[in-house]
Amino acid sequence: MAIAAARQTPRGRVAALIRQFGLPALGILTILGYWELHIRLFSVPNYLMPPPSLIAVTLVEEWPTLERNVGTTVIEAVGGFLLGNAVAILLAVLFVHNRPMERTLFPVAVAVRTVPIIAIAPILVLLLGNGYAPKVVIAALISFFPTLVNMVRGLQAVETSALELMRVLSATKAQVFFKLRLPSSLPFLFAALKIATASSVIGAIVAEWIGADTGLGYLIVISTFEFRTGLLYATTAVASFLALALFLSVVALERLIVRWQPDTPRQ
Amino acid sequence: MSPADPSASRIDLAAIQLEEVGMTFPTSSVPLRVLEAVSLAVRPGEFVSLLGPSGCGKSTVLRLVADILVPTDGRITVNGESPETARRRRAFGFVFQDATLLAWRSTLENVLLPLEISGDASRGRERARRLLDLVGLAKFESAYPWQLSGGMRQRVAIARALVTEPRILLMDEPFGALDEITREYMNLELLRIWQATATTIFFVTHSSPEAVFLSDRVVVLGTRPGRVKLDLAVDLPRPRDPALKETVEFARYTAALRRTLVGETRLE
Ligand SMILES: Nc1ncnc2c1ncn2[C@@H]1O[C@H](COP(=O)(O)OP(=O)(O)O)[C@@H](O)[C@H]1O
Ligand SMILES: [Mg+2]
Repeated sequence: MAIAAARQTPRGRVAALIRQFGLPALGILTILGYWELHIRLFSVPNYLMPPPSLIAVTLVEEWPTLERNVGTTVIEAVGGFLLGNAVAILLAVLFVHNRPMERTLFPVAVAVRTVPIIAIAPILVLLLGNGYAPKVVIAALISFFPTLVNMVRGLQAVETSALELMRVLSATKAQVFFKLRLPSSLPFLFAALKIATASSVIGAIVAEWIGADTGLGYLIVISTFEFRTGLLYATTAVASFLALALFLSVVALERLIVRWQPDTPRQ
Repeated sequence: MSPADPSASRIDLAAIQLEEVGMTFPTSSVPLRVLEAVSLAVRPGEFVSLLGPSGCGKSTVLRLVADILVPTDGRITVNGESPETARRRRAFGFVFQDATLLAWRSTLENVLLPLEISGDASRGRERARRLLDLVGLAKFESAYPWQLSGGMRQRVAIARALVTEPRILLMDEPFGALDEITREYMNLELLRIWQATATTIFFVTHSSPEAVFLSDRVVVLGTRPGRVKLDLAVDLPRPRDPALKETVEFARYTAALRRTLVGETRLE
């Protein structure tokens, strides 16, 4: 209530804006400033670590190259994000309605989880070829598990009295699912989806290291071999922005859909 | 009772009737006998409270009547029918101790839930608004549960239970989690709503003053296994006024209930 009241006055609104955007920006600028200064003061060679100013210049100069490659990674990461989370959500729904199914398939899911992604990546490239397919699958695999676990938890996190209410109202199974379980699982789902945004970008890039002739991961490998350190850092920056953009899209979607204050405390 | 109702022709039809009802929960170790030969009847339009120490099986009785649970022994009828038939016909509304509102629904949407489920939501909006007016929440129809106080939430729950126009209201310690002042206010509100809607109310509580203040009759349940220890008619004038609580008659009723309850608690 105190926060809501503070937001209503113009001064309170400015203070809130500073808290929301000003302080994080200050943190980032401090690190960039120190980085720039350190490299100039101690004359660190640019091929080892370029200063932020040089990375910014490279970002502009090399933009045609970056632009040519970023699209591939976007398709792979977003494709993997959608595929992995869709499968996870469907499996979670299945698990909640069918206990034997959960007993059978959950260990498989855990097994998939425990295999290091770097270890299966070459196998998948062998199996699925050099195109989008193995990258999408790897990005999907890496974002799949947290969503499965959270979604199952979310669908089960309904109070006994709410289930009893549905019983008293003579609700059908479908009504219990769509009017109770699904809405109450959404905060859990979005918590997992936010984790999955960064994971799917990681998955796509790691997959590109194994075998690709385009994409940000490919660019990272090439620029490392060719000692184009500026391009390496610029590519890394683009990859971070990509992950951030995906994350913010999910946050925006969450704001749109989850308008209530959930009972469950959020992380 | 409409003449079309076949059971209405029976003489002295009870709204709720329990005959020799027993309930055993099959727990992992020893089966738990919670109710033993419980018999009671609630007449149409009556306000009956079920009183007893916590853990004696009050909620279990209510859950049996509502067809959330099925009794091990005995027979239960609601309006002369089985609890399952009564549930499917929406013959009763249920109010839980915690309001059990859905967090993602506004007040009005929560009240409309039973009609959405039965498929009558389209023509229910007016009725839902009228009920929100009745419980004094007309201005809060688009508020979400987290924006409401405990007492307001419970009033939404009451409006929701009434929206299918049931003849019976089952209430499981609906004001148990509220503070003293709010509780007293909600008691008065409930009596007003009861008079306005002419429903039968079967009300669970562990507070003797609350039971006496509200009820036409108080049924006291003993512990382990729960049996009916006392069935006390409350002969106090209506409409009831808070000042009634300071009268000697009122004290006599609560004292009688307390004696029965204390005797029960010693048994543990
Ligand atoms: N589903 C259940 N399974 C096993 N035991 C139960 C179940 N529900 C209630 N009980 C037990 O039955 C007894 C009566 O419970 P309840 O009806 O909730 O009591 P009250 O509402 O009077 O406090 C308690 O000892 C409780 O632990
Ligand atoms: Mg209880």
